[in-house]
Amino acid sequence: MKSTLVRLLGAAVLAGMAAMGVARAEELKVGFVYVGPVGDYGWTFRHDVARKAVEAAFPGKVKTTFVESVKEGPDAERVIRQMAASGNKLIFTTSFGFMNPTVKVAKQFPAVKFEHATGYKRTANLSTYSARFYEGRAIIGHIAGRLSKTGVVGYIASFPIPEVVRGINAFTIALRKVNPEAKVKVIWVNTWYDPGKEADAAKALIDQGADIIAQHTDSPAPLQVAEKRGVKGFGQASDMIKFAPKSQLTAIVDNWNPYYIARTKAVMDGSWKSEATWAGIKPGMVKMAPYTNMPADVKAEAEALQAKLASGEVHAFDGPIKDQSGKEVVKAGEHLDDKTLATMDYYVEGVDDKLKK
Amino acid sequence: MIMLERRRETSRVMKFASPLLALVLTVISGAALFGLLGFDPLEALYQFFIAPVMTSYGIAELLLKATPLILIGVGLAIGYRANVWNIGAEGQLIIGAIAGGAIGLALHGVDSVLVLPLMIAGGILGGMAWAAIPALLRTHFNASELLTSLMLTYVAELLLTWAVNGPLKDPDGFSFPESKMFHDSASMPLLLEGTRLHGGFLAALIVVLLGWFFISRSLPGYEVRVTGSAPHAARFAGFSQTVTIWMTLLAGGALAGLAGLFEVAGPVGQLVPKISPGYGFTAIIVAFLGRLHPVGILFAGLLVALSYLGGEMAQITLNMPLAVTGVFQGLLLFFLLGVDILLTHRIRIGHIKPRSAS
Repeated sequence: MKSTLVRLLGAAVLAGMAAMGVARAEELKVGFVYVGPVGDYGWTFRHDVARKAVEAAFPGKVKTTFVESVKEGPDAERVIRQMAASGNKLIFTTSFGFMNPTVKVAKQFPAVKFEHATGYKRTANLSTYSARFYEGRAIIGHIAGRLSKTGVVGYIASFPIPEVVRGINAFTIALRKVNPEAKVKVIWVNTWYDPGKEADAAKALIDQGADIIAQHTDSPAPLQVAEKRGVKGFGQASDMIKFAPKSQLTAIVDNWNPYYIARTKAVMDGSWKSEATWAGIKPGMVKMAPYTNMPADVKAEAEALQAKLASGEVHAFDGPIKDQSGKEVVKAGEHLDDKTLATMDYYVEGVDDKLKK
Repeated sequence: MIMLERRRETSRVMKFASPLLALVLTVISGAALFGLLGFDPLEALYQFFIAPVMTSYGIAELLLKATPLILIGVGLAIGYRANVWNIGAEGQLIIGAIAGGAIGLALHGVDSVLVLPLMIAGGILGGMAWAAIPALLRTHFNASELLTSLMLTYVAELLLTWAVNGPLKDPDGFSFPESKMFHDSASMPLLLEGTRLHGGFLAALIVVLLGWFFISRSLPGYEVRVTGSAPHAARFAGFSQTVTIWMTLLAGGALAGLAGLFEVAGPVGQLVPKISPGYGFTAIIVAFLGRLHPVGILFAGLLVALSYLGGEMAQITLNMPLAVTGVFQGLLLFFLLGVDILLTHRIRIGHIKPRSAS
């Protein structure tokens, strides 16, 4: 009895808010929940660039809001819910750890559309999206294989989730196609963004003989260390060339702009549907920063590989591929399927690390 | 010339006036800060202090957010009164969450009313076990609990990382480092339909009462206070320092572990790599803000929770940057703690008159 009353009251409040929303004309409110600071120059920064692109694409018709540095854990659900309660009709939650909170809030606000980055749970009003960053990792792996003199490449990793493991593997496969003796040393820093920890990891890897540093964390700190120590590195998520003008070879650039604009438009014209998007170099969700600080022939090879990955002629996980124990996981002439890639929890041959299980 | 002069005795007026004075100072300087940055000061203050509690859902969120702060704050205050400096409540919280959460996962699908009490016991014992390590190191090797309890926090974080990447990982979770969602029988009962407020808040209120009784009315509480304020007298009276250290650390660990279990069995609903946004550390501020008194801690916990909710609200509704909301939170804490000096000191304006030579 009491719960019915509460529900009725809640429905009345919601209806009232909806009416207010209508009264405020056709401006569509779009919310963004970020895991890091917008000034990280990496992951969150690129989502925020796309948020601004949405505002620019629909002048006067869209109003965006964001909350930055939202902790994954009990706080996330409140922030996402508050976003929905404040009249946002489309909400992007841009970190894996926001998955279950987003699912819970999506259930409470069926009229609001939700978009969750890198997760796997979908409902009628909750889509998921991610980019095939591993295609970019194959390109930088190739470059590292051509340029490393020591044959030891350092890799700074965040959390052992499939996304990160897949990146290490794509990088290692491409690296060893060029230099079969090369090895990848991995340091797990257990954070997406901590310039201090990331820099320490870069120093440790260089001290262990790495002359190229790759990273799957969000700050430019490892590149700055590389610049100072005279080794090469790759930018993460955005073009970080101004932090390491002599050191950055290229960067894997996240480009969410077209997707965010398309999804906003879909909500505006009523064609929005819940779906799973996983796009790579071809539609431009993954872009490469200009190839610099390398000989012309290596640059030409990188550009050629990029074109082949886009056309589908080359797949980053083309067989034959062996895992760490030497067992063949894909035969020659085939490539790993999306399902295996999405749940990847093993290393390929050549990774000088043991995966925690 | 403005000078601070020591009072002969603690001011009774200031005991109540100082928090109000701090609030006034915060509001004035906050309004100035917001105005300078181009925000409407009144609107900003409204978003910080009023808007978060304008709905029943908002009030429920406030109480939910304050629950771990109050629980841990009371536990820490008992220790701080005895000069036992446990600053590792964050670690004790994590271990409590792992221990209680593991029990819930082991009994996944078991529909019994006993599941939750078992998890709660696991949370309390887990927190106590983690706090027992600094107690042992202090009483047997005289190692400072300040350092050992803090350092064990990092160990606890890594243990949690290991647990959710290994034995407690959801087998159907696409290799992501998270446990299964807890079964209904392993989740805290909700106090208010449609919100996330759960029974843990009632537990926090009971803990405030018990904490007050322990500190003010019980003999062990008296021993704790004497050990803290007059260690020599305590020794003379035959109070054992070893007992005090064990008792206060275990109490702090138990409450932190309980808070951790409430988080995972409540709003989070599963074990994830990051359970607490630093409640164990924030609770240290809450304990001092509440002047180490359980009732004071209750209010301090609510106020700090409100400042977090207000910060989020200002970001969402006014697009205020996180850095600004953080500075405002800092101002609030700074004034609240800073103004407390007026309890023991008074401000004198003008020249100091030389004391009469008599």
